[in-house]
Amino acid sequence: MRDVYILGVGTTKFGELWDLSLRELASEAGLKAIMDAGIYAEDVDALYGANTSGGQFVDQEQIAALIADYSGISDLNIPSIRVEAGSASGGAALMQAYLAVKSGQLNTVVVGGVEKMTDVPSEVATEIIGGSLDAEWETFFGATECSIAAMIARRHEFEGKAKRENYAMFPVISHKHASMNDTSHFKNIIKIEDVINASPVAEPLTVFDNAPISDGASALVISADLKKINNASHPIRIKSSSAANDFLSLHDRRSVDSFRAVKKSSDSALSLAGLDIGKIDALEIHDSYSIAALIQLEEILGKDAVKMTEGNDFYFNSSKPLNVSGGLKAHGNPLGTSGLYQAVEATVQLRGKAGQRQVKDPKNFLIHNMGGLGTTSVSTVIGVD
Amino acid sequence: MSEVPRFWRESRHRYRLVGTRCTNCDTLYFPPRVICPTCRRESVGKMKEEEMSGAGEIYSFTVVHDGLEQFKMQIPYVMALVKMKDGPFVTAQIVDCSPEEVKIGTKVTATLRKVRSEGKEGIIQYGYKFTICP
Repeated sequence: MRDVYILGVGTTKFGELWDLSLRELASEAGLKAIMDAGIYAEDVDALYGANTSGGQFVDQEQIAALIADYSGISDLNIPSIRVEAGSASGGAALMQAYLAVKSGQLNTVVVGGVEKMTDVPSEVATEIIGGSLDAEWETFFGATECSIAAMIARRHEFEGKAKRENYAMFPVISHKHASMNDTSHFKNIIKIEDVINASPVAEPLTVFDNAPISDGASALVISADLKKINNASHPIRIKSSSAANDFLSLHDRRSVDSFRAVKKSSDSALSLAGLDIGKIDALEIHDSYSIAALIQLEEILGKDAVKMTEGNDFYFNSSKPLNVSGGLKAHGNPLGTSGLYQAVEATVQLRGKAGQRQVKDPKNFLIHNMGGLGTTSVSTVIGVD
Repeated sequence: MSEVPRFWRESRHRYRLVGTRCTNCDTLYFPPRVICPTCRRESVGKMKEEEMSGAGEIYSFTVVHDGLEQFKMQIPYVMALVKMKDGPFVTAQIVDCSPEEVKIGTKVTATLRKVRSEGKEGIIQYGYKFTICP
């Protein structure tokens, strides 16, 4: 089967973007990606739009059609489909777009993600984020997504697998990296004590263990068209993309403090790419909650993950750079966008254009995007040939 | 605002903790399921409703400080994953206690309470919460 390349990437700034609407965010990112790829709308065979909860945040469904319309391409009748898989929507859309191009039916596709979260009060946003849980048997009874993460953390700690500090350090790393990224939601540097002592959201988790409520959009142009690949200034290859799922609710899982879907999707993506984890130079993972970051790494890297949190291994200039973008925690977490921003970051890094936070000469990135807490897992390997 | 059937159809499950047992592998599920995730097609037509005892113990828990609008008056409130004596795990609030009394392993029992309401004129929704066993 043919190779699929990322020809162009684009992103908006992430944050509380009061003056920008969902449609403006989406078209900004899409336009940037198309210009970066050096192509025109006439070259695009399809648009895949990732969005988690537009129906609730801004009362808008049929979002891919809206994006295409406001990007000025409606007269081209380009098929435009929304992909939704909770907060894994971005990764899932990228995977669908990749498979469509890989199949040979489509040659060049735009895949974009957008979420406009700050048009509702934060309590309402918390409620909407909880939509990724089981509405009838979790949210109904008062569970928030953070409360589920907190119960995972409490049990994980009770089992003696890790201490508070082992996961409280992920927000510290993400903030450090975000401070070097122009599009970050947060640019402040924090310490581990700040995470542990901040105001509680769902104990033991504090505000600093949670990724923020952000607006933002990101987009990529992917293609298997040799002419376009040769014309692109710096194409980067998608080597594989694979997904796996688990029970929707934590109370139905075979294990409360592990994410078996993450192991399945990451092992599968590595195997399809013909790589082992040792050949992955950097990781972007779904640090929606600090504890979620730790458990993902336990699944992806194995038992060493906890030990690695005790050193400096995860900084951009270290042995296993992690969330060099600033992660969901500090670069921001506009739900449906996040998985695509991970791919934008990997592309920029692999091109060697990440400035201050540049990982030294990376060849392969593994990006992991997750819906809920271990429910939907999408792993994608992006690298240079 | 929701229509009545949305809550009415779950009332026996939420009022009396009625789950479903797969009579093929003899596993009890709660919340109720129409297909057993272990036996899959072998379980079709073999899922029978069964009421749980209401006894359980805390498997994990959290104290929620920043919660849903509907539960704002109760903050801080305790959410727990309760391991039921009958097998299944249940996500529920622990009430009538201070958060300090809640520990992993604490024995609890189900009680029927008001859970939510939809404004002044909407439906009052009831369901289970748990209290610490004396």
